[in-house]
Amino acid sequence: MPKLHIRTEINGEPAEFLAEPHQTLLDALRNELGLTGTKEGCGTGDCGACSVTFDGQLVCSCLVLAAEAEGARIGTVEGLASGEALHPLQQKFLEHAALQCGVCTPGFLVAAKALLDRNPDPDERTVRYALAGNLCRCTGYDKIIRAVLDAAAELRGEPA
Amino acid sequence: MHDTRYEAPRSIEEAVIMLSSGSVDDVRVLAGGTDLLVQMTSGGRSPSLIINLKHIPELTRIRFDDSGALYLGAAANAFTIGQNERIRQQFPGLHEAVGLIGSDQIQGRASVGGNLCNASPAADTIPSLLTSKAVCHIAGPGGATRTLPVSEFILGPGRNALQAGELLVELELPAPAAHSADAYQRLIPRSEMDIAVVGVSVRVTVDNTGTCTDASVALGAVAPTPILVPEAAAALVGTRLEPADLERAAAAASAACRPLDDKRGTAEYRRRVAGVLTKRVAAEAAERARGR
Ligand SMILES: Cc1cc2nc3c(=O)[nH]c(=O)nc-3n(C[C@H](O)[C@H](O)[C@H](O)COP(=O)(O)OP(=O)(O)OC[C@H]3O[C@@H](n4cnc5c(N)ncnc54)[C@H](O)[C@@H]3O)c2cc1C
Ligand code: FES
Ligand code: FES
Repeated sequence: MPKLHIRTEINGEPAEFLAEPHQTLLDALRNELGLTGTKEGCGTGDCGACSVTFDGQLVCSCLVLAAEAEGARIGTVEGLASGEALHPLQQKFLEHAALQCGVCTPGFLVAAKALLDRNPDPDERTVRYALAGNLCRCTGYDKIIRAVLDAAAELRGEPA
Repeated sequence: MHDTRYEAPRSIEEAVIMLSSGSVDDVRVLAGGTDLLVQMTSGGRSPSLIINLKHIPELTRIRFDDSGALYLGAAANAFTIGQNERIRQQFPGLHEAVGLIGSDQIQGRASVGGNLCNASPAADTIPSLLTSKAVCHIAGPGGATRTLPVSEFILGPGRNALQAGELLVELELPAPAAHSADAYQRLIPRSEMDIAVVGVSVRVTVDNTGTCTDASVALGAVAPTPILVPEAAAALVGTRLEPADLERAAAAASAACRPLDDKRGTAEYRRRVAGVLTKRVAAEAAERARGR
């Protein structure tokens, strides 16, 4: 079966790759495009490690076909930092020690950014529900929630 | 995995021609893929053709006609439905059910059409579709169209009434009567991201005196398919929806269950919970209906 030639946009840059029709977007990002920031935990939509944005919408890339990326805009964790400058979410994850092994972290960052993009001032409960699709087996979640709330405050320009 | 082809047609006509090229299991349509891709990666399904529906305008459209009926494109995603203020006001119970599907990530993709076609006994939107008397609009080969009530569309666990070459295009939900409202609640073992042990949808209509003139009760996860329980509805009609009336509806709902024992709950537990939830959901629907 011939591979499909996919033209897409990733983190604002045009990108092209070849994909098998049944290949997932997660697999194509990691193995065709070398963007290994996006992680695979479960492959079945349960853990959120593979979170990316697809035309601005938060999705699990393990449940998207690579072929669907044709003409779409994809956002991955690699798009968060500007050059050497970390995104405030990334910085706050470091400050709050919101990661241990780090496998879940890219997914949490992408999901948290999607939340803050549409709701700059969420309360703790909102953050917990918004991140319910992201599983972490190391941190116990509390530090992650603190880091997101703190990053939200910084992005709103509030003093620490 | 054997060879698979992928197509993204722009029209219903094109999609139906592609669909007609193979058997129902060999050719699968892809809405949000949150059921289909899980089934494919865990090895259960390997279709030879996958047809992405999301580039067909009718399939992702959400509109209301002049009578106030809702036409919900089968592949419209849960996030977009959740943002729709008119759906929230007119069909609060359906809105609740859609909002319960999975995580934010799953909501970005999951559709009501996929939830219905996948026909899980625990599918969260099906009880609400049943109590709102939703009708399936189906397109078939050669420009054929037909309609089927949701109650006749679901045939069994994982089985729906679509024939080879047929596509669910949209769901029509008739405009609710004045002073009518629905509600949906489910019980899950976790506080988010789980499959219903029991799900209950109730719709009630009241008159100016607060007397119930019409009711509909549907249960999920307590039988091989979601079920309407006319006995529970009958217990509500003609009453003022007082606690004792809700109690009778709850007893009827429990009696209608034909649940399984599984890791999420024993049959006896499910029967009990179906009653408790029926009472709570009926009270919620009643309060909403009185406020209209
Ligand atoms: C992590 C996770 C959590 C979940 N949580 C819930 C939950 O809380 N509640 C719940 O009810 N479900 C849940 N689900 C299941 C799933 O998300 C829902 O059933 C969802 O609504 C399916 O919609 P979809 O658009 O993704 O369907 P798809 O996977 O695209 O399609 C499902 C099936 O229906 C067929 N189909 C789809 N659209 C059409 C059409 N228009 N015409 C004909 N056939 C069609 C497909 O071929 C496929 O067989 C969850 C799934 C995951 C992975
Ligand atoms: S790898 Fe996609 S949700 Fe776990
Ligand atoms: S830090 Fe290890 S899974 Fe979250």
